Amino acid sequence: MRRIRVAAVGAVTLSLVLGAAACGGGSTNGSGSNEQPKTLTYWASNQGASLEVDKQVLQPELDKFEKQTGIKVKLEVVPWGDLLNRILTATTSGQGPDVLNIGNTWSASLQASGALLPWDAKNFEKIGGKDRFVDSALGSTGVQGQDPAAVPLYSMAYALYYNKKAFADAGVTKPPTTWDEVIATGKQLTKDGKAGLGVEGSNLSNNIHQVFVLGKQHGADFFTADGKADFTSDGAVKAVKQYVDLMADAQIVAKGNAEYSQNQSLSDFAKGKTAMVLWQTASATFAAQGMKEDEWGVVPAPVQSGAPGTGTSTNSMVAGINMAVFKNTKNIDGATKFVNFMTGDEEQKVLNKAYGSIPPVKSAQTDPAFNTPGLAVLRDTLAKSASALPQVPEESQFETVVGTAVKELFADAAAGRPVTLESVKAKLEKAQQQMPKK
Amino acid sequence: MTTTAPPPTGKRTVRKNHPGAAPRTRRPGRLRRISLPYLLLLPALVLELLVHLIPMVIGIVVSFKELTQFHLRDWGNAPWSGLDNYSLTVDFDAPVGEALLSSFLTTCLFTFFSVGLCWLIGTAAAIFMQETFRGRGILRTIFLVPYALPVYAAVITWAFMFQRDNGLVNHVIHDQLGLTDSPPFWLIGDNAFVTLLVVSVWKGWPFAFLVMMAGLQNIPREIYEAAALDGAGVWQQIRRITLPSLRPVNQVLILVLFLWTFNDFNTPFVLFGKSAPASADLISIHIYQSSFQTWNFGTGSAMSVLLLLFLLVVTGLYLLFTSRGRSATDA
Repeated sequence: MRRIRVAAVGAVTLSLVLGAAACGGGSTNGSGSNEQPKTLTYWASNQGASLEVDKQVLQPELDKFEKQTGIKVKLEVVPWGDLLNRILTATTSGQGPDVLNIGNTWSASLQASGALLPWDAKNFEKIGGKDRFVDSALGSTGVQGQDPAAVPLYSMAYALYYNKKAFADAGVTKPPTTWDEVIATGKQLTKDGKAGLGVEGSNLSNNIHQVFVLGKQHGADFFTADGKADFTSDGAVKAVKQYVDLMADAQIVAKGNAEYSQNQSLSDFAKGKTAMVLWQTASATFAAQGMKEDEWGVVPAPVQSGAPGTGTSTNSMVAGINMAVFKNTKNIDGATKFVNFMTGDEEQKVLNKAYGSIPPVKSAQTDPAFNTPGLAVLRDTLAKSASALPQVPEESQFETVVGTAVKELFADAAAGRPVTLESVKAKLEKAQQQMPKK
Repeated sequence: MTTTAPPPTGKRTVRKNHPGAAPRTRRPGRLRRISLPYLLLLPALVLELLVHLIPMVIGIVVSFKELTQFHLRDWGNAPWSGLDNYSLTVDFDAPVGEALLSSFLTTCLFTFFSVGLCWLIGTAAAIFMQETFRGRGILRTIFLVPYALPVYAAVITWAFMFQRDNGLVNHVIHDQLGLTDSPPFWLIGDNAFVTLLVVSVWKGWPFAFLVMMAGLQNIPREIYEAAALDGAGVWQQIRRITLPSLRPVNQVLILVLFLWTFNDFNTPFVLFGKSAPASADLISIHIYQSSFQTWNFGTGSAMSVLLLLFLLVVTGLYLLFTSRGRSATDA
């Protein structure tokens, strides 16, 4: 009996000690090693129509890399909805992949966690130098003034997609270029159960992308220069109200859009239920929904007045995917070689063609495949009039709290409750108070 | 409890029967016999520690730390923040505490209705199914379908059905029956509470039904027959025999339903995504959002600890009162 009790106590103590050791949590290793030089694991974000499509696109390239270097890459395509949580888990446990894709808006938040290998001059040298990349894409790789936490892989930008037939039926000859024109055109198109413009009112990230751009157009950044949340400035309030007013006031957005969060606005567009959408690189989705390429047109996303450009004429956020190396990698040389391979001219052309995105690598952009009418608009937007979302560690929280505020305002608009400057400001104030005090 | 034989009595009997037994020769066998249950329990004990207790202890530790994105990688060494996380979560005048309180009250209301309806429907169905009739087996199987379906698949189907413009629910109540002027929203705004309740009850009542069926089968038929002879009608039989006999079953059933419903994460998460409408912002989703969406794991952990304490107190009080009541009726 006593021996058993001793054994039980021993087991309990051992578990507790193990637990306490686990409490110590995370590894503090500097920056990887070369213990396993022949293998790599790669978490790719889901870019294609399905995880299977991604595997079909990526596997031949990984085989090519293995032939060149003898390094075998184990691929896992991670669904978009799971990716951030998977990265957070890998960060806390220290057991992550060697190389991974991240949404470029998360760069600064993940950089703050210290899990990703910093891309200093020496590391950039290994992939051909910083100058190979488009500036706007580099602008979303981490906090300014610090070594980037990732390298741009696929770039995307917002544009205004319109249904040619709906335009012709309503007698609209010229796609809109300013917000006033969007509303005027939208009103012409909103009839017979069809809507002028589609939005994704319950999609927090999309809400953030749209109000960030409108914020820029009103001279607001949502964060101060020293990185403090600034959600209630006049410009920010005006931006959010202007976006929600497309439904609440102008009524060119169908009320049902308030609950959209799974790209339903794109399928409405493909079915001819809405005439315009503001989206990033939507061509592949339209094709998947059975829409032919000559049925839609694309023009730069609208501005308040004049032509798109920098500052208050910004008309898109810099959207896209970055590639990062996990600091704990056991194959640091192989990992940087793999990043070099994936950002090489050849692979950039292959991959961005497959995904309908724009290469963030300047030399790859010159390929005629990226000069089609649809892609040229996006390429120019990225080069001339797109801004990166605030590169602050609290970006992830910003997406959640302000994205939710916009979602709630859309719900108000859909329910017929008034959306005023005061109600917008109150929601943004509440959002700001929810941000961690720093 | 007191009617079962206490173990020491057994021990004494053994000694009495073998007064001159040599302990040395018998010890290994006895030891093995006594230790066997403990040995069998050991794996479960270790697993319980690993799966429940250690994470719980870590959660409590984290609730006293300032764990944000800045310390994720080396989270064991995140700075201590004392009671800051707790004071933030219980400051009901500030947005974090205010939102938590509102979420807590929503969850209480939701749990009350959901558990009540699950119990009511489950019990009614179980009593109804006591009678033998043609097709009873098939009906019983159909009743259990919601319980057997994978939660995600079932709830996502409900989410489709509750869509405003393309959903089946609005198609029926608005397009076909014309009950509303305009198709209502179910997944955003105030109606979201009703949506959540409907799905939760749909998912939960078959469990109540299953447990009640088992409970009902333990009531001897003779009592009903005797009652019927004495002139008791169906309603009187239910009130005077069925429900009192089911008391111990109900005690467990309601407790389990309460704990499951109060902590339900899957239903609101699949229905509404990462950010539930205020009217249906259940506490589990709220804590998830505080931890994983705003990367404030310390505050999220403090909320979890408070929730755990609340559930412990409620469960304790519930067990105390229900067993008191029971011993009173037994006496």
